[in-house]
Amino acid sequence: MNHESAPDPATHRQDPVPDLAAQDASRGRSMALAIGDRRRGRPVPSLDDPVFHISDLDVWYADHQAVRDVTLTIGRRQITAMIGPSGCGKSTVIRCLNRMNDLIPGARVTGKVVYYGENLYDTEVDPIEVRRRIGMVFQKPNPFPKSIYDNIAYGPRVNGMKGNLDDLVEEALTGAALWDEVKGKLKANALALSGGQQQRLCIARAIAVRPEVILMDEPCSALDPIATARIEDLMAKLASEFTIVIVTHNMQQAARISDYTAFFTADVDSEGVRHGRLVEYDTTEKIFENPADPRTEGYITGRFG
Amino acid sequence: MTDIRVTEPPAHAEPRKLGGPRFRPGEAAFRALLLCCLAVGIIFLGVLLTYVLVEAWPRLDSRLWNNFPSIRRPERAGAQSAIFGTIWVVAFTALFCLPTGVMAAIYLEEYADPNRWYNRLIELNIQNLAAVPSIIYGILGLGLLARQLALGTTVLTAALTLSLLVLPVVIIASREAIRAVPQSIRQASLALGATQWQTIRRQVLPAAIPGIATGSILALSRAIGEAAPLLLLGAVTYVAFNPEGLESAYTVLPIQIFGWISQSREEFHHLAAAAIVILLAILLVMNAAAIWLRNRFSKRW
Repeated sequence: MNHESAPDPATHRQDPVPDLAAQDASRGRSMALAIGDRRRGRPVPSLDDPVFHISDLDVWYADHQAVRDVTLTIGRRQITAMIGPSGCGKSTVIRCLNRMNDLIPGARVTGKVVYYGENLYDTEVDPIEVRRRIGMVFQKPNPFPKSIYDNIAYGPRVNGMKGNLDDLVEEALTGAALWDEVKGKLKANALALSGGQQQRLCIARAIAVRPEVILMDEPCSALDPIATARIEDLMAKLASEFTIVIVTHNMQQAARISDYTAFFTADVDSEGVRHGRLVEYDTTEKIFENPADPRTEGYITGRFG
Repeated sequence: MTDIRVTEPPAHAEPRKLGGPRFRPGEAAFRALLLCCLAVGIIFLGVLLTYVLVEAWPRLDSRLWNNFPSIRRPERAGAQSAIFGTIWVVAFTALFCLPTGVMAAIYLEEYADPNRWYNRLIELNIQNLAAVPSIIYGILGLGLLARQLALGTTVLTAALTLSLLVLPVVIIASREAIRAVPQSIRQASLALGATQWQTIRRQVLPAAIPGIATGSILALSRAIGEAAPLLLLGAVTYVAFNPEGLESAYTVLPIQIFGWISQSREEFHHLAAAAIVILLAILLVMNAAAIWLRNRFSKRW
């Protein structure tokens, strides 16, 4: 059991160690304390202007309850990180925020996910409209097997957006810090790009439909340290315009980029069934420097168990 | 997991040698057996092709596709009506079964809930239908299409019957191709606010087309070679005219071949062999098209 709940060793390899170590050394700081490094000095937004208000969220996959009783509030234009060991339900929770769980047969959600005053799970809510407003970037870069241009233009096309498509593509690619690298080869196949470029393409594709929120489900776990650093930089930039929720296995990443952090863990009940629970939710500084719950502290300091 | 136990390294032992037998009889025997099985297939195919070509050689000329069949004068007989009949029947078979089969496959893969009993029943039945002997389809075509619906023994009846015959194969092949499109592509599309139909039309189908085309062409190849159901459906052997429409009487190459083979005169046997060469050539072209399509348009993820 200890073995299962330990942080995935694979993610440690993806720590941007060489890149950041050099930066930190020049600033005379150690890696472990790099809280807020990539937030570019943004003030921590308050939760008075909530985008999401999740209350009593339970998620079931067939007969198995994956997530139990999650309540948290996500403010506007903040970066919220969800961290925790494998199987703690953080990916399940993020997928409730744009109803991607609807696509899994047997998935059932109870409780409320209120988005600007409307419960996303009300019967009259159209999941298509929800996903137009709340974009998503996935763990593995998943560009369409088409040209770079067509990848970006796809969202605006299916949504019937008006305006000059060329400008929109340029704007989205610039927004995702990819324009300079691909402007000469927009007709090239997107699958020819490197993994990091593909992931930035996926971010560009998501922002091309001008969503209000971008959900990122472990967006860097398939990338090398340099590509990861670029995406983190990009997230800090995007936070001026979008509300970002990111699931990550990488605690340093959460510490570096996020304003608020939610720590999840997997509880085992008396019948031996595992289900995810939210342990603690607070500003990233508080979670990493002075967590209220001993389980959070155990995880943060690498003594999980 | 509070304390970490470090185990003692094992005591130093004499390293084992890496040597082993150079020759393993079991491995060699198995490999030889596999080669034998391969040889059986290749040799028989080679013999068959050689035999057919040698038999056909005297009659493999333009008379074959310029002339119509004749019972009395084999030196003037040709298979033009059968060649055209085959093309007509297969073209309409494709027209009927491809859209139906692909759409049925889309339903089963993208919309049907596999937990519902009726969807499982449909799935099971499609698997079974693919294994039904083709003569049964001939009886169905004769009883239902030709007689009940009074379509007669025409190109239309033949094409509809062959469509039913290959439909399960088209559905199964299309489903495989659709299933091979990664789920991540669907998720990416849906996460951008695309509807399910937009996702299928603009992402899933284009990515699945090579697989669908390959499977469909192989299914149509089977339809081309079919004689049994068409025997019941009036593909009479000596038709001295090309089909002119769906209502036309017709014959097809396999039946023409069968007719000539059952003649007693030697010249007709050469004719049959020559017609076989034509049939094989058509099949080869179709299979080549399938391979080309697959290589040309297949996507890698």
